[in-house]
Amino acid sequence: MTPSTLSKRPQPASAVTSAPVRDRTGWLAAASGAQRAAAVLLAALVLFALAGPLLWPGHAVQDLSRFLEAPSLAEPLGRDHLGRSVIARLAHATRLSLLMALLCVGTALLLGTLAGITAAWRGGWADTVLHGLSEAFIALPALLVVLIFSALANGELWSLYIGLALAQWVEYFRMIRSRSGLVLAGPAVEAAGLLQLGPVHIVRRHLWPELRPLLTTMATFGVGSSILALSTLGFVGVGVRPPTPELGQMITEAFPYYHEAPWMSLAPVLVLITILTGLLGLRNKESRP
Amino acid sequence: MQTPTARLQVPSGPAARILRQRTVQAAAVVLLVSTACFAIVQNLPGDIAFRIAAGRYGYDQVTAASADSVRAELGLDRPIWQQLLDWIADLLTFNLGNSLVTGADVAGELAFYLSSSTQLAVAALAIAFVTGATAGALAAARPGGAMDRITNLWVSGARALPPFLLGLVLILVFSVHLGVLPAAGHGEAGNIVLPAATLAVGLSGLFARVTRDTVVQVRESGYVHFAQTKDLSARLVFFRHVMRNTGVTLIAYVGVQVLILIEGVVIVESLFAWPGLGHALVHAIFWRDIPMIQATAVALALLVVALNTAVDLGSAAIDPRPRRREVVL
Repeated sequence: MTPSTLSKRPQPASAVTSAPVRDRTGWLAAASGAQRAAAVLLAALVLFALAGPLLWPGHAVQDLSRFLEAPSLAEPLGRDHLGRSVIARLAHATRLSLLMALLCVGTALLLGTLAGITAAWRGGWADTVLHGLSEAFIALPALLVVLIFSALANGELWSLYIGLALAQWVEYFRMIRSRSGLVLAGPAVEAAGLLQLGPVHIVRRHLWPELRPLLTTMATFGVGSSILALSTLGFVGVGVRPPTPELGQMITEAFPYYHEAPWMSLAPVLVLITILTGLLGLRNKESRP
Repeated sequence: MQTPTARLQVPSGPAARILRQRTVQAAAVVLLVSTACFAIVQNLPGDIAFRIAAGRYGYDQVTAASADSVRAELGLDRPIWQQLLDWIADLLTFNLGNSLVTGADVAGELAFYLSSSTQLAVAALAIAFVTGATAGALAAARPGGAMDRITNLWVSGARALPPFLLGLVLILVFSVHLGVLPAAGHGEAGNIVLPAATLAVGLSGLFARVTRDTVVQVRESGYVHFAQTKDLSARLVFFRHVMRNTGVTLIAYVGVQVLILIEGVVIVESLFAWPGLGHALVHAIFWRDIPMIQATAVALALLVVALNTAVDLGSAAIDPRPRRREVVL
């Protein structure tokens, strides 16, 4: 089996193992039409997440007399059942989702990579301990970890952050550990060791180029699943605490008014699907044999 | 040479090794979840002794003295690691305690939740396996054909659509607009259809993809070409050579899907009010019902380990060739 089977999430082997190493300047030229479209979609969404909260700052302002107001020019998505501006809530929710996902993936990536390289490099007891820990984590569904952590602090953001990061580090750890084990045992690193080029050289010239494409693929995937996990928690009612707008929670809140104001439930769904398909499209390099 | 008697004395076959590894994993998982639940208890606002005293004597009877007596009786003033050891010992002796909300015995309720969750998971897995494998095999018959493209679309669609949205769409279509299937409930035959279908759509896309790729790969292999040279009928080649070898990969892939399945169970159960482990867990978290959180979380985690053990044993039985690296999950 390819090392990709070690990953917690199933991903087609080709996407992970044969991701070509492109230099950064050539990305646009090498990108397919679908990839460029995905990049544009995501950029638009990021712009909305950054500029939206500035344009519509009052996401918590209630005005019960404007209960379920229909969309207008000033309020492109109308008002919700408490008379709050839906577009303001949507913009804040999108920003929250993107920021949380980036933060969680960044933390998980850093933790997992460091632990993975440590385990592969040092071996011995460090490897045994870390590998044992990862064995336990890999049997825990990510959602379960996040759920338990959300119970720890009643849906506060920091506990969700720790939960999401903890649920994900193990994927990076296992992938990096098995991959760097191969690289470190190879002749190139052996030669570098004989020439006494030092660990910094080995990491920069041998490990990093090999691991980078892998990490990019996994991180894109991770951002998607973090956003999904966060909105799922919000959807079932145990995620981010209610006054703070969150995509999943907005869907749940809007659903009872589906007949009167369908745009209210459709808007967060659309944002969620745009993010997910955009991320999928970005790494759409699953070339067929 | 190993004699049969020697093999009996020391169980060292692949099955024994799988069971040993998975047992260690199960123990580690239980330890991890239990410690996390202990941390939740420690982190609850307020003094736990007052809470317990309130639970026992009613809110009006709680005084500092009654809280102190509870504290002394339950040893809540001991060092924290001793309390943690006690907590884990309770779990290991299956002393799961009572629900803080309903007061019911957690162990008794757990059995019911476990059985209905297993029902749902098995139904979804079966639907996904059959539809996914069939679609994948059909797609592989003509790579690049119409069926192949439909499968491809389905795979990416299933991946982009999160289970809770899919469930909502299914409820809207089948319960609200068409009114043919119940959106929630338990106990009647029709109730399981929508939740199981929701779970199965996501899983089946991945099964279809794997089947399609494996079938294409197996078809190009030497042994299939040889079987064709022998002038075996296409049907026989397919069933005897292609299907069996695809099955090995596919069953190993069930193991990869187990985590997704269990996560899906949690979501889908909450959405359709299916009274299983996931539904119970989400409610317990909402109410901070810690004995229930611990019991359901441990049960879900052990379900993952159990399903994986079954997959490991299954693939070892179908394909007994020794392998150097085990498929881990």
